[in-house]
Amino acid sequence: MTRARACLASVWEFVVGDDWRTALGAVLALALTALIATTGVAAWWIMPPAVIGLLALSIRRAAREASRGS
Amino acid sequence: MSGAEVGLAISVFLACTVEAVEALTIVLAVGTTRSWSSAMSGVGAAMLTLAVIVAALGPALTSLPIDVLRVLIGGLLLVFGLQWLRKAILRSAGLKARHDELESFRVQTDAASTAGERRSGFDGYAFTISFKGVLLEGLEVAFIVLTFGANQHRVALAAAAAGLAVLVVIAAGVAARAPLARVPENTMKFAVGVMLSSFGMFWGTEGAGASWPGGDAALLAILPGVLVAAVAMAWTVRRATLSASVAAASAAPAEAGDQASVSA
Repeated sequence: MTRARACLASVWEFVVGDDWRTALGAVLALALTALIATTGVAAWWIMPPAVIGLLALSIRRAAREASRGS
Repeated sequence: MSGAEVGLAISVFLACTVEAVEALTIVLAVGTTRSWSSAMSGVGAAMLTLAVIVAALGPALTSLPIDVLRVLIGGLLLVFGLQWLRKAILRSAGLKARHDELESFRVQTDAASTAGERRSGFDGYAFTISFKGVLLEGLEVAFIVLTFGANQHRVALAAAAAGLAVLVVIAAGVAARAPLARVPENTMKFAVGVMLSSFGMFWGTEGAGASWPGGDAALLAILPGVLVAAVAMAWTVRRATLSASVAAASAAPAEAGDQASVSA
């Protein structure tokens, strides 16, 4: 692995960690917020349920993996 | 000081305290078993590196347009905060090992004792382990200082909160002369995860062009909302884990009894 790839991998691991789905979901929710905000409609309400939902799904996945592993 | 600035200072102070406690354990282990002067040289070099990172990136980030800064940094903070909060919930629910400073100290001390002969004068092992420990623990703090500080154009306030946390931990470490095992690290990590996720969501949404009802006062609803949801998730998963282990424990003797009756 080149140094640049190793560096990128470290940054990815540092910011995103072991659950890329949650990170992707957060980015998509922000993109949807930006898209709706451009239409002039209130868009603040998208992020709270999105964040709580993404966290709950992530915890459920981790709990299932842990129960399969035990 | 505004509410958001108080939140900034508390978040950075708590995050830095947790990371400094973990770094202190590493430095204490190599300092007591190898060489204090080399270990402290490693600490100094790592602190200098972190200061250069913050000093170089802070002005660069604050020069970005506010909306770009908020959506970029808010998004990063949200992703980073959700990672902290996820780990904290899993620790709280018993699905991830809690950080134990005494165990960590024992492992580091054993490794330092068996890591080759100690030389008089400069000890490369003590320097390297201290440097890496402080730098790696400090990078998370530098990230939080930069993201929180840049978003509010208060990098200096964030850096001061981090510096205060380091001084408090060093003073406590000198007084205790042992790893700070009684610091409630897991609770503090939970609180930091809630704050990072909440502020990340708040700034990311504003940067994306949406306005919160009530402006900054919306944080007074977002923070408790995220906290309650996170506590509820930890409670639910802990209960499910306990129920599963009780069911497994009660099924084991029944299976053993069935096997005994078949063999009889």
